[in-house]
Amino acid sequence: MPEKDALVAIHGARGPRDVVITTMCAARDWMTLPQQPLDLVFVPSAMGHATSVGLGLALAQPDRRVIVCNGDGSMLMNLGSLVSIAGAGARNLVVALFDNGVYEVTGSQPTPAPGCVDFAAIARGAGFESVFEFSHLESWQTNVHRTLTCPGPTFIWLRVEPAVGVPGPRSPGPAGERARRFRDALRS
Amino acid sequence: MFTGPQIAELLEQLGVTHVVTVPDSTIGPWQAAIEQRERTRLVRVCREGEAWEVAAGLHLGGASPLVMIQCTGLFESGDAIRNVLHDWKLPVFAIIGYRSYLNQDTLPGDTCLVFTEPVLDAWKIDYHILTKPEQFGSIAEHFSACRAASTPGAIIVAEGGA
Ligand SMILES: Cc1ncc(C[n+]2csc(CCOP(=O)(O)OP(=O)(O)O)c2C)c(N)n1
Repeated sequence: MPEKDALVAIHGARGPRDVVITTMCAARDWMTLPQQPLDLVFVPSAMGHATSVGLGLALAQPDRRVIVCNGDGSMLMNLGSLVSIAGAGARNLVVALFDNGVYEVTGSQPTPAPGCVDFAAIARGAGFESVFEFSHLESWQTNVHRTLTCPGPTFIWLRVEPAVGVPGPRSPGPAGERARRFRDALRS
Repeated sequence: MFTGPQIAELLEQLGVTHVVTVPDSTIGPWQAAIEQRERTRLVRVCREGEAWEVAAGLHLGGASPLVMIQCTGLFESGDAIRNVLHDWKLPVFAIIGYRSYLNQDTLPGDTCLVFTEPVLDAWKIDYHILTKPEQFGSIAEHFSACRAASTPGAIIVAEGGA
């Protein structure tokens, strides 16, 4: 399925109190959609760490659902974070993996073993409570709401096609100020 | 140099809600006492770079986290420190074990002694090194000063061997 369409499904299904963290191409595409104060566009990032920021937010805000839209290269860089998430019992955390098999932002070089990695098995093995896999847009669109509301931690493996020739994300503004606004939005 | 109950009680008094950590042989034994506190939760992570970013999420979510790692983990954490402290400007505080500092005669070859302070300086972390038990009060002092100024900071605890 096209990666942007897969993301649009999450945009439509997220609840008004949900936090959504996006990184890499998911961040780029998210910024083209209507924004909310509880969106954390994780640009600039430390590659691989969107899931860790998500864990911290999920622990600090246990009554909110936290959805992390991550890239496969980023996930591979911090696979241990799946174990940390499960170990911490972050039941309100959803990791949505946009697996396009490439490092799209840097020009679509292949990841070390594209098509060979069973991310569902890794998530299950790390101790995730609910694990899903979708390759077809219609099936994902039909099930997106159900999967987001399952007991977590939840891992959703989305097999997507990379966009061709689209530049990567740019930061939407000074990160320090955005952090302050985001923190305030969580308090209100 | 310090006991687990001493550290655990202090962190709770300082209002630390979460201690995000990977252990070493000095700070690891503090975990049991921290876990017994009611208002401070221990969060175990797999590598130290994660610890800074989990602390970032906790801070954004309104909690008061502290990172507790060894200096080896400081070396591992570079990109996360850059991102959390300098991109996002989050005032995360850390307690970092300084491996081999107290054993310089018996363990002169530990390169932690060569790199720890330059790396802290490179990341522009405002740190105090504690080498004696009598300096316990400096932890609260430095933590409170950093919190008042809303800036990051670290206490570096001198350790024996690995
Ligand atoms: C630690 C680190 N190594 C390398 C890079 C360079 N880099 C920036 S984006 C990127 C690719 C990200 O790939 P992925 O997470 O799969 O997301 P996609 O671009 O496919 O959306 C890389 C390798 C970086 N920013 N940080």
